[in-house]
Amino acid sequence: MLLSTVIFLPLLGVIAIALLRGLGATAVKGIALGIGLLTFIISLGLYTGFNADTATFQLVEQKNWIPGGVSYHIGVDGISLWLVLLTTFLTPVCILAAWNSVEKGLSGFMMSLLALETGMLGVFCALDLFLFFVFWESMLIPMYFLIGIWGGERRIYATVKFVLYTMAGSALMLVGILALYFQNDNSFDLTTLSGPFEHSDLLFLAFFIAFAIKVPLFPFHTWLPDAHVEAPTVGSVILAGVLLKMGTYGIIRFCLPLFPDAAEKFTPLIVTLAVIGIIYGALVAMVQPDLKKLVAYSSVSHLGFVVLGLFSKSSAGIQGSMLQMVNHGLSTGALFLLVGMIYERRHSRMIVDFGGLSKRMPIFATIFMIVTLSSIGLPGLNGFVGEYMILAGSFVGQAFSKVYVVFATAGVILAAVYMLWMFQRVMFGTLDKTNEGLPDLNAREIVVMLPILLFIVWIGVYPKPFLSKMEKSVGVVVTKVQQTEPAMGQLEQQKSRDPKLALQETLRTQHEKREKEAEQ
Amino acid sequence: MSKELIVVLLVAPLVGFLINGLFGKWLKGNEKLSGWIGALAVLVSLVCSIIAFTSLNSGAAPLDETLYGWITGEGFAFNIGFRVDALTAVMLLVITGVGFLIHVYSIGYMHGDEGYTRYFAYLNLFVFAMLILVLGNNYLMMFVGWEGVGLCSYLLIGFWYEKQSATDAGKKAFIVNRIGDFGFLLGMFTLFAAFGTLDFTTIFDAAEAGNFQQVFGASTLVIATLLLFVGAIGKSAQIPLYVWLPDAMEGPTPVSALIHAATMVTAGVYMIARSAVLYNIAHTGEIVAWIGVLTAFFAATIALTQNDIKRILAYSTVSQLGYMFVGVGVGAYASGIFHLVTHAFFKGLMFLTAGSVMHAMANELDMRKMGGLKSKMPITHWTFLVGALAIAGFPFLSGFWSKDEILHSAWGGSPLIYGIGLITAFLTAFYMFRLIFVTFYGESRVEPEVASHLHESPSVMWVPLVLLAIPSALIGLLLGWGGHESWFHHFTKAVAGFSSEAHGEASGNVILFMVISSVVGLAGIAFAWTRYSKRVPSDEPTGALHRLLANKYYVDEVYNALIVQPVKNGSHFLLWQLVDNGIIDGIVNGVAALIRFVGGLLRRLQTGLVQVYIVSMVLGIVLFLAYYLFFT
Repeated sequence: MLLSTVIFLPLLGVIAIALLRGLGATAVKGIALGIGLLTFIISLGLYTGFNADTATFQLVEQKNWIPGGVSYHIGVDGISLWLVLLTTFLTPVCILAAWNSVEKGLSGFMMSLLALETGMLGVFCALDLFLFFVFWESMLIPMYFLIGIWGGERRIYATVKFVLYTMAGSALMLVGILALYFQNDNSFDLTTLSGPFEHSDLLFLAFFIAFAIKVPLFPFHTWLPDAHVEAPTVGSVILAGVLLKMGTYGIIRFCLPLFPDAAEKFTPLIVTLAVIGIIYGALVAMVQPDLKKLVAYSSVSHLGFVVLGLFSKSSAGIQGSMLQMVNHGLSTGALFLLVGMIYERRHSRMIVDFGGLSKRMPIFATIFMIVTLSSIGLPGLNGFVGEYMILAGSFVGQAFSKVYVVFATAGVILAAVYMLWMFQRVMFGTLDKTNEGLPDLNAREIVVMLPILLFIVWIGVYPKPFLSKMEKSVGVVVTKVQQTEPAMGQLEQQKSRDPKLALQETLRTQHEKREKEAEQ
Repeated sequence: MSKELIVVLLVAPLVGFLINGLFGKWLKGNEKLSGWIGALAVLVSLVCSIIAFTSLNSGAAPLDETLYGWITGEGFAFNIGFRVDALTAVMLLVITGVGFLIHVYSIGYMHGDEGYTRYFAYLNLFVFAMLILVLGNNYLMMFVGWEGVGLCSYLLIGFWYEKQSATDAGKKAFIVNRIGDFGFLLGMFTLFAAFGTLDFTTIFDAAEAGNFQQVFGASTLVIATLLLFVGAIGKSAQIPLYVWLPDAMEGPTPVSALIHAATMVTAGVYMIARSAVLYNIAHTGEIVAWIGVLTAFFAATIALTQNDIKRILAYSTVSQLGYMFVGVGVGAYASGIFHLVTHAFFKGLMFLTAGSVMHAMANELDMRKMGGLKSKMPITHWTFLVGALAIAGFPFLSGFWSKDEILHSAWGGSPLIYGIGLITAFLTAFYMFRLIFVTFYGESRVEPEVASHLHESPSVMWVPLVLLAIPSALIGLLLGWGGHESWFHHFTKAVAGFSSEAHGEASGNVILFMVISSVVGLAGIAFAWTRYSKRVPSDEPTGALHRLLANKYYVDEVYNALIVQPVKNGSHFLLWQLVDNGIIDGIVNGVAALIRFVGGLLRRLQTGLVQVYIVSMVLGIVLFLAYYLFFT
């Protein structure tokens, strides 16, 4: 029940706020923060109760839901554990960050945020394809409200673009899910799925495109800058911190283990797009006049690294990607929070409006510097560990040419260029008269940032607790993608026979396997 | 020597950083305390370094110990660990010794600065990072220190962050260094792919046994060492990545002395000496030596025409680093490191004396506005003179020994390299004494309001000058007496890869080489005397060559026109405006518009007139019937 409690406690918070919002703004905020913190504290039980020595799903709960193969089946493994914790960590941080920034419709805002948390947690925990899809889609609704109601001037354009883009991918994924359903003995259960599947290339693409849009992988990224710029601060934090990770999570949960042969086949194309994304995102980020857009494009670059590592076929690369998902959530989340903080003071996000803020806001300057350095991958902070593992793993992994790694490594130079240039223009130089009255961070804002800084340093100096918990689960994926050659032979054999017969046979053998497992 | 000693050595400056960094607000009222906390932290490290050094010198075994697994998992283990051998010990003494004196000097120099505590926090952090760099027992840890010193360099160059030129210079330093790091990273990946580890001991043993994965066939080590060298080129400011170092003079002068002369910029030399085993096998040293000697010459020619005293020293540093690369490049690792040590003293000294001049001259740097400072600032003058004589290779001063060893070894490698090195030695003596004569001798050209305040620096500043001047004069004689049989060579003999030195086996007469070097140095000094003892450098360049040199070969302008501007404009117009907003979003919005358009067309069918619906129904039925009747 632990996992269900974590997932649905925020939803309970939504109901509580709905019932009690007459008590006033402070009460609403208090309930939201309380629920957020409580969820985080309970979710720590996942960490302590998690057994790092096994790759199987843990804390599993399974109940029949809809007859015909749909079950309420949830659990965590070393891959989803950290994304669940990242979500439960960032949500209360966001609630605290939004404390004074919501002018109208506060209760609706907090309700959306909590509902969003339930949706995101569900996505990471679902072990049933149908359930996964339900959570995947349901999380769009609160995000739609967050951007569409509390967003900036062009919020409607941005939010419609965001939703339609995602839904176009979802439609493909739905087809993929149904196809798997029929090949899996009419069951949506993820744990019973095992390939090779019919039309695995097409199925792979159906899933991959949906996830690539979410990541976003170049060239599916243009919804992201618009969504970020228009979203309220915490919307951007959640969007960058967690939502994008649903794409990379989907790749490692579905695309790689279910269709290893197709993954192998499309690797050259995908890593080309990933490397283009790294360089392109960095170059475009460099010339952005708007702080939020700059950070948004930097996400395109960072997530390119993650995708590269995922397809590296190496343990170091994939673990690096997993870690980098968390790192990006922390660092980019923190960047959006910081941008939000100066936006609240100055009501501008344009770089030209700033300069010399270091003098007026030394605490802000220090924190901003640390987060900037984390983002450009300075050793000793979290970003370096992930990036280094991804690049070293990709170089050693043999999954693709080393030329890709050379170009990706060049992204490390560009990251320094766009971040330090931005930092210089905002923080250094002489202070403009209009900015003279800007106050430094207050106690609440420092409290918002401190836990993030703690993790930024912790992961940088001692990432072992993080890596050791994911090692076994990542190992399973690595084994699957490394065994592509024999599996390919098997598939070829199958194709040579009558497809219908082959399908029946696959279904039969799978059925037998399941029965055998059930007996055990 | 124990592990605990090394931990204390390393952590002391970190503690200093944390105290000044976190409690700077409360220390602000008492800047002396803040400064001495910083200096004391380094003193602790210095004492530990001396203990480690004496135990090594008395024959103790080098320490090589892993502290904990940093990034570990299936098939990879990157550890935090130390290695303290003779090479490390030498570096430790330089870093903490020169570092301590510069901290003390800074207490006076930075007096009254608004960012006093911040300065000492950064400086301590730098020492910490530099110690990691030389203490690590694997390449990744070296890289951690490497990036750490790069960060501190960035922060300290841009220390006066309200000044645009300072923050520009800091950013430039970081980015150019990152280009070098790009090579370092790829070099590390290659080594990791080949050896499955980044630990020095394992790599060197396996490399000597030829027992590793041939990632790039037979040229695996060639590629690895050259990629590492790219890192060294960035950090140690060699052609073509030297451009950041002259600009780095925007930082406070003690920073230039410590980071941009004595320690950080020599990290590249240290890295190659550390990897001596690999360079010996790969035979890539020749490329290192050539880059080194060309940089040495090239930078010296620029120094001939500059009028900013710190810039002259900066180009001189680039040039001297080139010598060090010649040393390690031709396989005379001990000689290269020896020059690193002597240079740390005399160049550190000269930067601090330049700081002393600036302190007295209200931050004036243009030597055309000085002259005759000798009488007003005697200690500064004498200590600077010692440094200049040392670098010019005046007989028996420190630079004489180390530079001569390098030139001598270069002769064994390639007479051409020796020749260029010798010409550079002449140029070095010339530009240094041009600086001396114009600044300290002749008529005073100091502006009257500045002249009235002209004074010798306080004792907290001049005592370190004297303490640096003594080793600048004597350390060469003490450590270098006997050439390749000297104490220094003896001490560093056991360092991996050092003993298989392939340099000139004392070919030719040692005394002859010394005489030639001395004559060349003295000739440079004499030539400078004839040109600048009475004259001041002209304001306008005379002739095309002079203009070319005065404008530093227009390298910055070329980089700007060929790299910076195209990347900036290309990213803005081509990538962002055209590809992103135009093409990709054009397609996205185009699809949306198309759907809307088609929907608009189809909408017209929904007229709401029942007659139209009935007619279309009937038509439809007729069409279906016709199809079934006639076509099936």
